[in-house]
Amino acid sequence: MSEPRIVAFLCHWCSYTGADLAGTARIKYSPNVRIIRVMCSGRIEPQFLLKALREGADGVLVCGCHPGDCHYHEGNYKCLRRFLMLRQMLGQYGIEEGRLRLEWVSASEGDRFAKLADEFTEQIRALGPLGGRAAFVEGTQQGGTSWAS
Amino acid sequence: MGKLNVGVYWAASCGGCDVAILDIHEKVLKVKEACDFFLWPIAMDFKYADVEALPDKHLDLVLFNGAVRNSENKHLAELLRKKSKLLVAFGSCAHTGGIPALANFTTKQGIFERAYLTSDSTDNPQKVIPKTKVKVPEGELTIPEFFERVFALDQVVDVDYYVPGCPPNPERIWEVLAAVVTGAPLPPKGSVIGAGTKALCDTCERKRTGDKKITGFKRVATTDWDPEVCFLDQGLVCLGPCTRDGCGLQCVQHSNMPCRGCYGLPPDISDQGAKMIAALGSLIDAKDPEEIARIAGELPDQAGYYYRFSAAAGLLERRKA
Repeated sequence: MSEPRIVAFLCHWCSYTGADLAGTARIKYSPNVRIIRVMCSGRIEPQFLLKALREGADGVLVCGCHPGDCHYHEGNYKCLRRFLMLRQMLGQYGIEEGRLRLEWVSASEGDRFAKLADEFTEQIRALGPLGGRAAFVEGTQQGGTSWAS
Repeated sequence: MGKLNVGVYWAASCGGCDVAILDIHEKVLKVKEACDFFLWPIAMDFKYADVEALPDKHLDLVLFNGAVRNSENKHLAELLRKKSKLLVAFGSCAHTGGIPALANFTTKQGIFERAYLTSDSTDNPQKVIPKTKVKVPEGELTIPEFFERVFALDQVVDVDYYVPGCPPNPERIWEVLAAVVTGAPLPPKGSVIGAGTKALCDTCERKRTGDKKITGFKRVATTDWDPEVCFLDQGLVCLGPCTRDGCGLQCVQHSNMPCRGCYGLPPDISDQGAKMIAALGSLIDAKDPEEIARIAGELPDQAGYYYRFSAAAGLLERRKA
């Protein structure tokens, strides 16, 4: 059985530093989480999340500074608003809410990030594979359901 | 030079694109002087067999409007690709799926159940569902196969150019026809022609109040709005930030209505809905998750609103299979 594929977008100033701390402290956490560092969670375009899902991610994790702590003052609030709108819209594509998760992780919360990575991996494992291109793009240029003749 | 051989076809479309061609008014007489038509179902009586009998690449130009919904649409798309030198995806449906592609937010089974079994006006006690083939005493009858989802033209065949719009602006249509007729140098293959290269907001002339802050979404039907001021400033969802310009500002300027997004994606953007969420995320004036959810909840059909004309061409092209 294939392992869950998870893409994580982490802000440079808090969450990536937190994940880095998990590493330097040698805390073991799930290798299913592929981390992409961005300067601010406000830089995470909804396009990035859609692309990840299209290309085969089974879940997407977004992490930024705690509210009030954003290095750029407002970036994490923009991220929060975009995330909530996007997650709501993705319901119309048949994507469960549990596949997208937003958490605030500070630079000192290495152990918390490791726990989060493990927990989210299990959450996605329980939901099963999403399907990537096969589900959202390809292999559909025919009738092929119970309705076909 | 000799006359151009031209075909115009409608696949899954409403016919509005064909009418838009006639909206070039008296210039249509010039088109008639310059072109011989070989297929134009809305205006002239040709049979598919006539087109099938043509030599390959016989048609200089084919304007293909409509999305690809069923096997007949696909057959004609493939046939016209073979018979044409220039195949143009004409109008929103051929360009990005258009209105028919809103069906991609449901499934074939969902559509059939609704249309033939559960809708209030359906009376179908024997639960008859259309079949692609049926035997009758006289022989076998067939109808085209209904696909699982709707496709934009370039998802089925190779396309040379795109002319966006629902329908394309007649002035832009004339520019395109004139370019081909006069033999002017053509843009690189794959270009979006008859449209601009910026987002609509960049060319919109409505006044901006500066600091946009949205605390709730309003509806056109139940709001009085200032005809001079930016719609988004007034809490009305306008797709200007995520839509290509070149439409002649017909809605936002002349009709005083918010942009619905029919000119599709501006260059360098891969998804209209994602871009609109990015824009609205910057404008909503709330920091509390519950308050944000309340405001977002005032747009219950986000996908249908943002992808009204581009659902087949988003990063996710359909509801999960």
